[in-house]
Amino acid sequence: MKFLTDLHLCPRIGRIDQAKKLIEKSSELGYNAMGISFDLRVMQREVQELRDACNTFDVDLVTRANLTPINTVGLLKNLSNLRRKFEVIAVVCSSKAVARQAAKDRRVDILSFPSTDTRKRFFDSAEAELASRGTASVEIDIAPLLCLQGSQRIRLLSYLRKETRVASKYDVPIILSSGADNANLLRTPEEYAYLSYLFGLDFPDAMRGFSENPQSIVNRNRKRLNSSYIAPGVYLVRRGKDCPDV
Amino acid sequence: MRQRYIAVRVESDQMVEERDFYDAIWASILRLFGEYGASQTEFGLVEFNPKKSQAILRCSHKALDLVKASTVAVTEIGNGKATVHVLLVSGTLKSLRRKLLGRRKG
Repeated sequence: MKFLTDLHLCPRIGRIDQAKKLIEKSSELGYNAMGISFDLRVMQREVQELRDACNTFDVDLVTRANLTPINTVGLLKNLSNLRRKFEVIAVVCSSKAVARQAAKDRRVDILSFPSTDTRKRFFDSAEAELASRGTASVEIDIAPLLCLQGSQRIRLLSYLRKETRVASKYDVPIILSSGADNANLLRTPEEYAYLSYLFGLDFPDAMRGFSENPQSIVNRNRKRLNSSYIAPGVYLVRRGKDCPDV
Repeated sequence: MRQRYIAVRVESDQMVEERDFYDAIWASILRLFGEYGASQTEFGLVEFNPKKSQAILRCSHKALDLVKASTVAVTEIGNGKATVHVLLVSGTLKSLRRKLLGRRKG
């Protein structure tokens, strides 16, 4: 059975009750893990409360930070401050310079682009090439497809179609997420995969966007955030008195 | 023409009428695929059970992806918020009913 992850639930900041409802509904819909974007000045108590809620419903909580820097200096500063505090770092790219820097930086896990302002969707061939050399994946939130209407949805679908084509060409992993802020917009991973037909992503690729691709990010970062991690492939096995006398 | 039968479950805060449900699916197909796309679906409502909030839809096998996408894109039925979940898809009504029964027992 696949381990299914929705890496982007976005309850309103400070609304723990709403977050708990989303967690309950997601667990009902068959997700095994969920990423919640926290405020950058998040209180440890809030995280613990949501972790407890996730434990109640037998799902795994992934802590996620959505960075929204206005320039590359801001991005680098945010990354150095927050990389070791969150399991997943997503950058919402508001300018081309930020998008390019984020794609290059190996501390960035997810490149995200605004759904409503398609002029700010900078995921083109150059961006994909940079991302394919690094570790960043591109994220597609599906909930906006359910909320938007008319020309806005048409434009978004057109961009998503181009982006999925470019991502496949350059082997950039695609992460599909709900991006839902209320339970009415939540669907099962399979149902989101049916919707991805609208922008030309086939069913197996869409399901990978909910299973292998997000899970590989979470596993990689949990290893890195472990206190015994030193560098890729180097782990601390024993320390202090545990070490045998040489 | 080969058909596909889709069992769906409707989630809504209020009671959903058969006509409203049918209209909501049609409207979603039309919004997403237009009249040309809709004409290829051969969409029909086979059965609607308001007590169980379940329905069975029929469509052409070639338009299955299109109908599934339109079904899950429904966010409103009548005047209330609603969600439609796809439960099962089958090639015959008989096997769909058998699978649904197995699902309930299981």
